[in-house]
Amino acid sequence: MSAQQIVFLVTAGVIVISAALVVTVRNLIHASLWLVITLFAVAAIYVQLEADFLAVVQVILYIGAISILIIFSVMLTRRVMADTGPQRIPQWPLAAVLALLVFGGLAYLLVQVPWPLAPNVDVSDTVLALGEAFVDPNRYVIPFEVATVLLLVALVGSISLALPERESD
Amino acid sequence: MNASALTVWLIPVPPLLSAAVILLFTFRSRWLSHTVALTAIGISLVLGWSVVFGALGTPHFADHPLASSIDWLPTGNTALRMGVAVDPLTVVMLFFVPLACALIILYSVGYSNFGKALDAHDAVGSPPHNGVEPMYTRFFAFLSLFSGAMLLLVVADNLLLLFFGWEIMGLCSYLLIGFWHGRNYADPHQTTPRQAAVKAFLTTRLADVVMLLGIAYLYSETGTLNFREIFFNPELMEKLLATPSYISGLAAAHLIGLLLFSGTVGKSAQFPLHTWLPDAMEGPTPVSAMIHAAAMVSAGVYMVIRVFPLLAAGAAHGGSPVLAVMTVVGSFTALFAATIAVAQNDVKKVLAYSTISQLGFMITALGIGAYIAAAFHLMTHAFFKALLFLGSGSIIHGMEHGAHHTHEHIDPQDMRNMGGLAARMPVTYMTFLIGGLSLAGFPFVTAGFWSKDEILADALAHGHTTVLVVLLLAAFLTAFYTMRQISLTFWGAPRTESAAHAHESAWTMTLPLVVLAFFAVTAGYVGVHHEFPVLGHLLGENPFEHFLMGSLPAELDGFSFSWTPVMLSVFVGLGGLLAGWLVYGRRPLGAGAADPVQVALGPVHTLLGNKYYLDEFYQAAFVGPAKWISAVFVSRIVDRGIIDGLLHSLARLALGIGSGTVLFEKWGVNYVPDQLADGVQATGDRSRFVQTGQVQTYLLGVVVAVLAMTAALLIAAR
Amino acid sequence: MVPLSWYLVLAALLFSIGIYGVLARANAIGILMALELMLNGVILNIVAFWRYRGPTQVSGQMFAIIVFAVAAAEAAVGLALIISIYRRRGTVVAEDVSLLKW
Repeated sequence: MSAQQIVFLVTAGVIVISAALVVTVRNLIHASLWLVITLFAVAAIYVQLEADFLAVVQVILYIGAISILIIFSVMLTRRVMADTGPQRIPQWPLAAVLALLVFGGLAYLLVQVPWPLAPNVDVSDTVLALGEAFVDPNRYVIPFEVATVLLLVALVGSISLALPERESD
Repeated sequence: MNASALTVWLIPVPPLLSAAVILLFTFRSRWLSHTVALTAIGISLVLGWSVVFGALGTPHFADHPLASSIDWLPTGNTALRMGVAVDPLTVVMLFFVPLACALIILYSVGYSNFGKALDAHDAVGSPPHNGVEPMYTRFFAFLSLFSGAMLLLVVADNLLLLFFGWEIMGLCSYLLIGFWHGRNYADPHQTTPRQAAVKAFLTTRLADVVMLLGIAYLYSETGTLNFREIFFNPELMEKLLATPSYISGLAAAHLIGLLLFSGTVGKSAQFPLHTWLPDAMEGPTPVSAMIHAAAMVSAGVYMVIRVFPLLAAGAAHGGSPVLAVMTVVGSFTALFAATIAVAQNDVKKVLAYSTISQLGFMITALGIGAYIAAAFHLMTHAFFKALLFLGSGSIIHGMEHGAHHTHEHIDPQDMRNMGGLAARMPVTYMTFLIGGLSLAGFPFVTAGFWSKDEILADALAHGHTTVLVVLLLAAFLTAFYTMRQISLTFWGAPRTESAAHAHESAWTMTLPLVVLAFFAVTAGYVGVHHEFPVLGHLLGENPFEHFLMGSLPAELDGFSFSWTPVMLSVFVGLGGLLAGWLVYGRRPLGAGAADPVQVALGPVHTLLGNKYYLDEFYQAAFVGPAKWISAVFVSRIVDRGIIDGLLHSLARLALGIGSGTVLFEKWGVNYVPDQLADGVQATGDRSRFVQTGQVQTYLLGVVVAVLAMTAALLIAAR
Repeated sequence: MVPLSWYLVLAALLFSIGIYGVLARANAIGILMALELMLNGVILNIVAFWRYRGPTQVSGQMFAIIVFAVAAAEAAVGLALIISIYRRRGTVVAEDVSLLKW
C-alpha cells in the first residue's frame, strides 16, 4: 500500500466518521462543527486529486461562508429548540435502511462499471485554464453569467425572505 | 462576426429590453412608457430594414446568407448552438414584421385613449369607458415583449431559438388576450377574456408539446437543429428519409414533419385547433392585429416554410404524406372558416374567421409545394389584415364614443348596430375599403389579388383540380363576406343612435391605417408573374420570386403564365363582391331587419352562426371530462387521501350488499359484509394519513421510488 | 496511485450519509447540513471523474464550480426560509411545518 493510499484512507476515515456525527449528534452546534471538519477533509481529498482551486474554494466558500451561516442560524433559532426535543424523527430506522440501500446500489454500480481511464498527465496549472474558459465567449461565459445571476437572485431572495414583516401590512 | 451579422443579433433586443424597462422603471409615466416602446421598435425597424436593403442589394443573396452563431450550452463533446441567420425568407419577414409591429404600437397610443384623464368608473382589468386605459404602461410592455419574441423567432437560425420566440409569444398572447381579465358579461355563455386567454393558451400549448416532440426527435436523429445544416445537407436528408420511424410505413422525416406541422396547426389556427382564434377577439383590438397579422399566426406559417424541405422530403419520388395532410387540412380550413365568416355579426369575428381561412390558403399553397406563393400571401395578408383589424378597432372606438355620447346600451362590435359610418369616419372608411378589396382580391390593383392568384395558378399548374375548386369557392365567399361587412358597416343609414354619433379617431390611429393601406396595395406588385403581359415586364420580372428562389433547397418547378387562373380569380373576386353588393349594398339593411342571407338559408345559417357547434362539441368531448376528472377524481379522491372516497363508496356498496343479504339470511352471512364494510371504511380512514404534510415522509417516498426505478432499469439492462 | 473506485465509494458513502440525515433529522437546519453533505458527495464524484477521465479538459472542474455556486444559493435561501418560518411559527422542526395535509 503506497503512501498516497494511506493518506487517502486516513482522510476518508475522517470524512466518514465526522459526516456520520453531523447527522447523529444531538447538539446542533456540535453537528455544525463536525460539518466543518468533514468539509476540511473533503478539501484535503481535492488536494489529493490535484484540484487545488476547488480545494481553496471549498475552504473559503463552504467553511468560510456556508458553515458560518449555518452556525448563525442555529444560534438564532436556538431558543425554542434548546437541545431538549428529539433530534430524530420516528421514521429514522426506515431512513437508515434506505440510505444503506442507496449506498449499496451506488457503490455497486460505480465499482462494477469498467470506467475507461485517461492517461495520467500532469495537471498542475488548472487555474489559468479555468479562468480562461470562464471568460471565453465560445465556452463558459454564459453559464458563468447565469450563475452570477442565480447568486444575485438568491441574495435578494434570502434578504427579502428573512426580513421581518413590516408593521403596516 | 462582422458588422451586419451583429446587426442581426441586435434586431430583437430593443423590444425585449424595453418590455423590461417599462415594467421595472418607467411604469409610472404613460408618456415615457410608450415612448420607450416606440423607440425600441423603431430601432428594430431601422436595424431590420438596413439588413433588408443590404440583402436586396446583394446579388445572389440566397447563396451567401448572413449567419453567425455561438456555443450556447456545451454538453461534453457537442454543444447546443444559438445563432441568427438571414436568408431571403427572413428578409421578407424582416420587411413587414417590424413595420407592422411599430404601426400597431403607435396605434395603441390612440386606442388606449392616451391624453385623456383616468375615468373614475374604470377599474383595472376592464376596458376603459372614456378615459385612458388603467393598465396603460403594462399594455405597452406586453406588446413590446410580443414584438421582440416575433423578431427573435424570425432571425433564429435553429429550431430551438425559434421555439423560444414561439413560446414567449404564446405567453404574451395569454397575457394580452386576457388583458381585460376583470371583464364579465351578463350572458353566461359569452366567452370572457379570462376564458379566451386560457383557451388560447391551452390549445396552442397542446400543439406546442407535439411540436417539441418533433424538435427532440429531429435532434436525436441529426444531432443539430440548425436549419441550413439539416436542409442543405443532402446526405442527412437522405438518411432522414431512409430511417423508418416508430410508426411503420412512415419515414422519420415525415413523422418529424407531421409533429412540427402540428405546432403550426395550433399556432396558425388550422382545423381542428382553430377554435381559440375567434375567442381571442376578446383582447384589445391592437392585440388582435398583432396576433392575426404581424406575429403569432404568421409565425406558424413561417415555421412551416422554414422546415419545408423536411416536409417535402421524398415528394419528387412517391410524394410526401405530410404535404398531402397539409393540403387537405389547409383547403378544408380555408373553405370551412369562410363559410362561418358569412354568418358572423361581430365585426372582429368576421375578420377572425377570414384570417383562419386565409391561413388555410397559405397552408394549402405549401401543401401543393408552392412555398414562394405561400410566403407572398403571408406578406400581403399581414399588411391588409393588420389594416382591417386596426380599421375595425377604429370603428369600434368610434362606436364606443357614440354609445358613450348617447348613453345607449348596445354592442359596439355588432355590425347590425352600425351603418352609415362612411361619412362620419372618412379615413377609416377609405383605408378599410382598400383593405377589404385587397382581402377580396379586387383584380389587378390590390396586393391580395396577386398573391391569391399565384396560389390558384400554382394549384392549376400542378394539376390539383379539387384543391383549385375548393379554393375558388373559399375565395368567392371571402369576397362576399367582405362586401357584406363593408356594406353593413359603412353604407346606408345609421341603424343606431351610437352609429349616428360616431366620429373619426385620433391621428395616432389613422396614420398607421394610411401607411398600411399603402402597402396593402403596393406589396402585391413585387410578385407579379414575369410573363404577365405588360405589367410583368414593367414590374421587374417578378422580383419576389427571383429573390426568394434558392433560399430553400427544395427546387420549385416554375410554370408558364396562363390566363385561366387569372380569369378565374377575377371572376370569383368580382363575382363575390357583386353578390355581396346585390344582397347587402344595393338595399341597405334597415334597423332591426333580418339578415337576407339568414332568411334565405334558415337553419344552415344558424349552424354557421354557431360555428358548426364545434366549440360545444369540444366542450362536451374534452373540457367536460377533463373538468370532471379534476373535480371528482383528483380533488375528491386523491386530495382526500388517495382512496378515501373510493373506499367510502365501496363501503357503501358493501353495506348495501350486506343489508340485502340480511333480508335473505339473517344469520351467518350478515356478519361478514358488515365487517367488510367497516374494515373498508377503516382502511380509508387510515390511508388518508398518507398525506402527512411532512416533507420528510414524501422524500422517503421519493427515495424508495428512485431505488425501485434504478433496480428496474438494472434488471431491464441485464 | 489511489484507484478511482475508492473515490467513488467515498463519494457514495458521503451521499448516503447525507440522505440519512435529510430523512431522519428533526431540525430543519440539521436537514440543511445533511443536504450540504450530499452536495459534497456529488462534487467529490465529479472531481474524481475529472481527474481520472478527462484531466486535460476543464469541463469537470467547471461543473464542480457551478455546483458550488448552486450550493451557496441553496444554503442562503434555505436558511432564510428557516429563519422566516421560525419567526412566524416559532419552530424549526420540520415535522411541525405540516399545513399541507389531509
